[in-house]
Amino acid sequence: MSSLLTVMIALSLIFLSGFRGWYRAKKEVDLHSRPFYHGVNHGLWVALPMLAVASLWLISESLIIKPSVLSVLTKDNQELLAQPEFRYLEITQMAEGLLDGKVVDAATTKALERYISVKKNTDVTILILFVASGLIGFRGVSRRFNTSTPAREQVERIVKILLAASSGVAVLTTAGIVLALLFETLRFFQQVPFIDFLFGTQWSPQMAIRADQVGSSGAFGALPLFAGTLLIAFIAMIVAVPIGLYSAIYLAEYAKPKLRAFAKPALEILAGIPTVVYGFFAALTVAPMIVDICEAIGLSASSESALAAGLVMGVMIIPFVSSLSEDVISAVPQSLRDGSLAMGATKAETIRKVVLPSALPGIVSALLLAFSRAIGETMIVVMAAGLAANMTANPLESVTTITAQIVTTLVGDQSFDSPKTLSAFALGLTLFCFTLMLNVFALRVVRKYREQYA
Amino acid sequence: MRNEDSLYQKKRDRRRLFADFRFRVYGILGLVLAGSALLFLLGNIFSTGYSAFQQTVITLEFNLDAEILGVTSTASPAERQEANAAKVAKNGLYVLFPEVKKSKDKRNLTKLLSLGAELDIRDLLIDKPESIGSSVTLTVPMSSDVDQYYKASLRGEQFQSRLDEQQKKWLQILIDKKIVEMQFNTDFFTRADSRYPELAGIGGAVVGTIYTLLICLLIAFPLGVAAAIYLEEFSRDSFMARMVEANINNLAAVPSVIFGLLGLAVILNVFGLPRSTPLAGGIVLALMTLPTIIIACRSAIKTVPPSIREAGMAMGASPIQVTFHHVMPAAMSGTLTGTIIGLAQALGETAPLLMIGMVAFIANVPGAPSDPATALPVQIYLWAESAERGFVEKTAAAIMVIIVFLIAMNLLAVLIRNRTRISNK
Repeated sequence: MSSLLTVMIALSLIFLSGFRGWYRAKKEVDLHSRPFYHGVNHGLWVALPMLAVASLWLISESLIIKPSVLSVLTKDNQELLAQPEFRYLEITQMAEGLLDGKVVDAATTKALERYISVKKNTDVTILILFVASGLIGFRGVSRRFNTSTPAREQVERIVKILLAASSGVAVLTTAGIVLALLFETLRFFQQVPFIDFLFGTQWSPQMAIRADQVGSSGAFGALPLFAGTLLIAFIAMIVAVPIGLYSAIYLAEYAKPKLRAFAKPALEILAGIPTVVYGFFAALTVAPMIVDICEAIGLSASSESALAAGLVMGVMIIPFVSSLSEDVISAVPQSLRDGSLAMGATKAETIRKVVLPSALPGIVSALLLAFSRAIGETMIVVMAAGLAANMTANPLESVTTITAQIVTTLVGDQSFDSPKTLSAFALGLTLFCFTLMLNVFALRVVRKYREQYA
Repeated sequence: MRNEDSLYQKKRDRRRLFADFRFRVYGILGLVLAGSALLFLLGNIFSTGYSAFQQTVITLEFNLDAEILGVTSTASPAERQEANAAKVAKNGLYVLFPEVKKSKDKRNLTKLLSLGAELDIRDLLIDKPESIGSSVTLTVPMSSDVDQYYKASLRGEQFQSRLDEQQKKWLQILIDKKIVEMQFNTDFFTRADSRYPELAGIGGAVVGTIYTLLICLLIAFPLGVAAAIYLEEFSRDSFMARMVEANINNLAAVPSVIFGLLGLAVILNVFGLPRSTPLAGGIVLALMTLPTIIIACRSAIKTVPPSIREAGMAMGASPIQVTFHHVMPAAMSGTLTGTIIGLAQALGETAPLLMIGMVAFIANVPGAPSDPATALPVQIYLWAESAERGFVEKTAAAIMVIIVFLIAMNLLAVLIRNRTRISNK
């Protein structure tokens, strides 16, 4: 409610200022810039200072409110700080009335009161600053106003800066990902040795939350997860590579244009279906089917087998293989084909001996991109592959993957100082680095190849 | 000698031609396999889910006795909220079976009725207090077990029902009285999530998804278009521009679960946005959609012929004016197409939303983007993980709804593309 009100206030201030600038300019004659630009200039000079203050409000929580609340919590009772993040989350939820009826100790009540008062104070202060900054901006711009003000140039300069800043958001996102992952991962490696994580063979992240609680100590050897991820991704590739490649070859070399115009988008539907749908399909239909078939031939399969997840994932990544492969096969110059056919080779021989070798770099990169998709895919494995961290090459057993562990660790409440939560970020960083390497390599191969026939 | 040679050649040619044929068959086989996988998937979902659009209801007469309810028609709304509607709902069924006396049998009998009956009566008490004391005829939902059993029997299937023999007999009596029927399941579209399959709907999730996509669009579209304009029209080929470009290409390939980690660590923990809300979800999805929009908008700008820019410049327009008055209108359809496709991807995204807490059980329809909510794909995940069997058809039905949304969005994209292609001619 209050945030909506703030936005309304801001918008009306910006509009009023813009209207004032436009109206004032409209009455003048012999202007340097058209009234529209004066209006926009007035609006921008109100909007920008307010935007700056609003970003202050975004970081006020972690900079002002949180330290203040935590200091109250620790003053009386040192042991309460065992899990500051969790305590803080609890307090914010209580303030919103989400945990009504929960019995709390005196220190928490005090902290809650402090939270409410500090939050109110900062909110009011920032709201005043917010409006004041807009008014100051308006005063500045309207003082400078005269007929020779180069309003258009000023507006265009600001617009250009805004455009450049927008393109910086992509860089900021990457930086945010890398920093967030690195920061939490470093905290994780303070508690769990790096070597244990990368080469340990035991994964059981359940930890005792309090010291006196009975529970396992937790083991963070990620090797079973890597093995499970690779196993499922390989099964997926075994499905997707032949189907995708042969479809691509057929569409590029044999199919009539009409069939191609229909079949290519139809195949791409497979990539457009939400992954949660594949997950449901794998868990509800494919997995029981595999169990039945295996029983019929005397094998025992887990109801959450790697095979079910891998098969369905393979179907999902078919278009990643076929679409890009078809593009590169079509891009092979016709002269190469003509040369081979003129020497008496059949069409199949031409494709196998001439077209495919020259399209190979592109196909390889298509396969790498599909592989990186398979490794980063989450919902199918969360729903169909289970959580048991087995180190096995048997596709009928249940395995778990990096992505499935990240999601299961972080769904629900979490405290940001237990190694269990932090382990998700270490896994995330591993996944990020791995897929990034695959993508960069694949893109490089594609670029090199494109230059060759450009 | 010559004869043998030609015989050998003929054999070889036949082998080569057969190899050629085989190769072509493999290609067709690949296409057919991929197509049948798609058809099997869709067919499986549709055949599981179509029945959820109907629900089994029963028309009963309920005696809104003031004594049983414990309230009179002059009671305040709060008191009417507390009225004993459950008793009235049960009585509506008991009067049809006067022979059932034992309390255990009575309990089994009421299991035929859904909790929805009680809720409907309560709604009636709130809306029309004057009806207290009279008796009303209402059509109320039956329990999930009855619903599944009745649907299976209509299809003529054998069904391992949780209903016992006595319950089935009672149900048959009700069916013979012609008060049990199937009707279109409007609850499924209007209600939010529920612990009871027969009362669970996608209304809350759809609203949550709409809020999330709206936030995503409001953030990603202006930012994406602005970034694309800068990269295409204003950036010189500097180190910065190349870095931005490499970044965008890489971001487009980052697994979605990583964006979930980003949302959790930065958007929730550093910026302190509220958990479980479409606001936070929309921001995360916006960051994911941004590369798609930037790439689409850039290629749309690239197709605008330089002559348009030159004509604008020649008339004395500044570069910014040329861009906004001439280039962007021409590039808009390509940009919109890319945006819609990006949003369609965001619509199906589940993992990042799970991680910023949009998996909470939310039993009412969210009223604002800052209210806790779920999204449609998350609702599908939640129902798919539920042990209750009644949720299976609900899950498949929700999937059908999301697929309809996706098809609609893609058709819209195609429509925009085709329309502008004609008008450009």
